[in-house]
Amino acid sequence: MYPPELLYTKEHEWIRVDESIGTIGITDHAQSELGDIVFVELPKPGDAVTALESFGTVESVKAVSELFSPVTGEVTAVNAKLQNNPELINSDPHGEAWLIRVRLKDRRETESLMSADEYEKYIQEEKGD
Amino acid sequence: MATPVGVALKRTALNKVHKAAGARMVEFGGWEMPVEYAGITQEHLAVRNAAGLFDVSHMGEIEVRGPGALALLQHITSNDASRLKVFQAQYSALMLPNGATVDDCVVHRLADDSYFLCVNAANTDKDFEWVSAANRFGAEVRNVSGQYSQLALQGPRAAVILARVTDAELHRLRYYWFVEAACCGVNGILARTGYTGEDGFEFYFPPQRSEAVWSGLLEAGKPDGLMPCGLGARNTLRLEAAYPLYGHELDEETTLLEANLGWVCKLDKGDFVGRDALAAQREKGLRKKLIGFEMTERGIARDGYDVLVEGRRLGTVTSGSPAPFLKKSIGLAYVPPDCAEPGREFQIDIRGKAIGARQVALPFYKRPK
Repeated sequence: MYPPELLYTKEHEWIRVDESIGTIGITDHAQSELGDIVFVELPKPGDAVTALESFGTVESVKAVSELFSPVTGEVTAVNAKLQNNPELINSDPHGEAWLIRVRLKDRRETESLMSADEYEKYIQEEKGD
Repeated sequence: MATPVGVALKRTALNKVHKAAGARMVEFGGWEMPVEYAGITQEHLAVRNAAGLFDVSHMGEIEVRGPGALALLQHITSNDASRLKVFQAQYSALMLPNGATVDDCVVHRLADDSYFLCVNAANTDKDFEWVSAANRFGAEVRNVSGQYSQLALQGPRAAVILARVTDAELHRLRYYWFVEAACCGVNGILARTGYTGEDGFEFYFPPQRSEAVWSGLLEAGKPDGLMPCGLGARNTLRLEAAYPLYGHELDEETTLLEANLGWVCKLDKGDFVGRDALAAQREKGLRKKLIGFEMTERGIARDGYDVLVEGRRLGTVTSGSPAPFLKKSIGLAYVPPDCAEPGREFQIDIRGKAIGARQVALPFYKRPK
């Protein structure tokens, strides 16, 4: 279910790191909790994002939810498809529906993130509450 | 609406059925309820285009009986219960002296001296206490919520589907009337009422038989595209139809006139709780007025957001959401009466950004005749 090459946050974002570029999205669990996604608000290329701080919002029919960046850095690309097809986040959250790419300031920030196995355990525990 | 930690949520008789079917469950009004099955958008469209089935057993039922029943109802509700014939239902409100409401409700007349009120889940206990406290007419008032499951079958195909599993003569059952009928082999009260803006029915029956009715209806509606629906779609459907939701458009401070519910205020029926306040307000004018709007720029207004009129914070959004059938972003808001004018442009403060909106006439959606 959760691709092993991704790293995960407690706020249900994922990041895939290739060299110094991180691709960020929300997890399948997050899209499933939100339901039908109808709107995303993302930063522009060149904007700065900060680890653990909000970089945008994603809205479903029933709620609005903040997006938290797993890392600090500068936005290098934004997924333009999502503007008109936000529902892609429901259908392919770990693939086609990535949100932004970021040039990482400090790779060590990813060390505290969860692996796929850890994340699966984490959401099981959350459900058990 | 939040339930204190440690208080167990109430469950309808279909709780396990919903979970087994993969419904997403949430807390609503002290109950654990399905918010969606396949997804709010799909469910919403199913109700507009075919039909949807909702478990609304969380709704409360209060019985008012005996020779004093009508006098009590006339005293505590704003609509004129004396106009009800046996087997007729009426939208009404339980009133406070200030012209605001304890709750909104549907009053059903079961027999000459026997009525039952369908009330909001979160308000059931409050309503029951309040009706009981106002009962100086010797009526018999009972909270019978535990004795009923309630299912709502809604949509243009609802009557065709229901006809396959009921002995009721549906073509003779008019809007806001009800009959005693069997549905899927279970006896209950079948009303032509609903909260979606579509034709439809609400069936009240003993909870022990809930699974038989739920699965019987779903099976009967399969060829027509009947879908099980959650409270998420129920909310977007009622918003398109501009029906008020207690806790949003109605509360203990907002009068019926302010909520566009003047048609439920029968000031000439005789004295009732809140009548003087409503009459005075009709004379002096409203403090605020409920209006509908649609976003003219990208953005979704949510409950509690400010309405900006020429940069001034003059109003508040009470319900806001994408409208799946209308494919717009819509909402209801209270604004000063002199700002209430269809076509008027204003903004909604969406998390710090002023996003354009335009007032539109209500309802947003009206079903084709």
